[in-house]
Amino acid sequence: MTPVAPGARAEAPPRPVAWPRLGGAALGRGLVTAYLSLIVLIPIAALVAQSIDGGLDGFWTAVTSPLAVSALKLTLISSAIVVAVNVVMGTAIAWVLVRDNFPGKAIVNSVIDLPFALPTIVAGITLLALYGTNSPVGIDIAFTRVGIVVALLFVTLPFVVRAVQPVLLELDQEMEEAAASLGAGPLTTFRRIIFPNLAPAILAGAALAFARAIGEFGSVLLISGNLPKTQVASLFIYAQIQSGNDTGAAAVSVTLLLIALVVLLVIGRLTHWTLRHDR
Amino acid sequence: MRTSFWKPENLASRTAGGGSRRRVGRLALVTALSVAVGVGVAACGSSSSDSGGPINLVAYSTPETVYDKQLIPAFQKTSEGDGAKFSTSFGPSGDQSRAVAAGQPADVVHLSIEPDMQNLVDAGLVDSNWDQNQYHGIVQDSVVVFVVRKGNPKNIQTWDDLIKPGVEVVTPNVFSSGGAKWNILAAYGAQIEEGKSPTQALAFLKSLLEHAVAQPGSAGDALTTFTSGKGDVLLSYESDAIEAQRAGEDVEYVIPDDTILIETPAATTTDASTQAQDFLKFLWTPQAQQLWADGGYRPVNKSVLDKNKDKFPDPPGLFTVNDPSIGGWEKANTDFFDPTNGSVAKIEENLGVSTG
Repeated sequence: MTPVAPGARAEAPPRPVAWPRLGGAALGRGLVTAYLSLIVLIPIAALVAQSIDGGLDGFWTAVTSPLAVSALKLTLISSAIVVAVNVVMGTAIAWVLVRDNFPGKAIVNSVIDLPFALPTIVAGITLLALYGTNSPVGIDIAFTRVGIVVALLFVTLPFVVRAVQPVLLELDQEMEEAAASLGAGPLTTFRRIIFPNLAPAILAGAALAFARAIGEFGSVLLISGNLPKTQVASLFIYAQIQSGNDTGAAAVSVTLLLIALVVLLVIGRLTHWTLRHDR
Repeated sequence: MRTSFWKPENLASRTAGGGSRRRVGRLALVTALSVAVGVGVAACGSSSSDSGGPINLVAYSTPETVYDKQLIPAFQKTSEGDGAKFSTSFGPSGDQSRAVAAGQPADVVHLSIEPDMQNLVDAGLVDSNWDQNQYHGIVQDSVVVFVVRKGNPKNIQTWDDLIKPGVEVVTPNVFSSGGAKWNILAAYGAQIEEGKSPTQALAFLKSLLEHAVAQPGSAGDALTTFTSGKGDVLLSYESDAIEAQRAGEDVEYVIPDDTILIETPAATTTDASTQAQDFLKFLWTPQAQQLWADGGYRPVNKSVLDKNKDKFPDPPGLFTVNDPSIGGWEKANTDFFDPTNGSVAKIEENLGVSTG
């Protein structure tokens, strides 16, 4: 999302027809720029400014402190696990929802989005009651890293499902039939036909799930126990703010953002590659 | 001292300076201006205090019920409080202090630790002699207690019982919850009271935190964690323990022989109305002090406290944050709770690294 450089109007791509006359394209771009500035760019710039308030040395000290490193590591590893599980299970759920017919399908389909609607702190309390010390189902994963992963799985469930579902709906089944008639087994059909078609959607969902997971706060607040060894980055950052260490908090946040940016760029690259590979 | 997270002045000029593309540049300028104006308006809004408006009470989380159900209605029945309207806000002490420093309207502030008040003094919002009255600005007290399961199955009576093998402790994370600092200071000070050296007392803190099976973000989260079934002991304020019992939780509490007196400060802001100042004074009247006692808080008024002695027994080894063993908040904040160099930060670091 690089902003258009000043003076780039001359070599800009052909203007879409929808803009009204009166210099509409420029106005539209201006509006988008102003909006993005207000909502995203200025706050992030303020955050970056805050993070280097104590100089680059201060930034480095803050992000390399043992607790910061362990929090960042835990966050990235759990988020990576969550993305991996989501890619498999999210695709499977989307598949079942599109290709299968069963009673109550419409209800299941709506249930998928519930994790988005539920305040995450409520999700955390519910998970703690269900999979905590007094678990009615005999599963106790509270105050462990497994608990963190489960909480993150809960809040990121919809991303891959909702990204893959529409693509799967559009996918022409004749392609699969053609593959089958040419002697391809189900595995080959999946590998050569279905997966390449779904890959961009899966990657898009994975990117969103990852971004959401690394910043998640509410649902892990209670179930992680907030111990030094189960403290994710968001909780570490919160503790730093509460202790009056705004600069340290901002530094770790910026590091988290940078990591997210790199991962999103890599995923973007991969998507590009799968699209090309497709053709 | 503290720098703001949000620096619109710098950013506004930066955004406005770069606009070579005209329309976008102009839009950005307008944007920047409106941001600046918006901030200006917000700043003005917080500094004006018209006498007809409500009294803005900003306080830490736990006294919410006592304020809403007892103190405010009682004040409104007095001649000073006749017709007084209130706008109340309750939340974690540190958050509240920061919000007020950032411009949240406040006439009366009541926080759980003194450094949060100092933060407002530093911001010029509370007069530096806020503690110059006979109660040193403290409106109610409490003590750090051990909340245990009904019947005290592990027979927890002393601090040493907390670090016996197999005992699981829940205490809020001191870096997330300013109020949790009282727990750590109680544990440390109790060791000194028992005649241990500072080194031994720190070693005790280390074993205590090793026994911590959860360090939730706030006192409320800690109670939720404990009542969900985790842990044998919850370190908590006596007032919270009383409140939890009242709420029907299956818990009881033990007051250790050596424990710290929790003192919560309240003050008016520099531009508070007369009625707001009257409300603060009201909090120290025998009537209000009795309401605090009914709500589970220890009155600071000596005669009211004496009247409620059976409810609030005096632990033999009671000490305060200003006792030489701890040396006051400023020293405690540097020695124990500095997020990078404090001894508690070091302990947590070791706990995180050794297992991670």
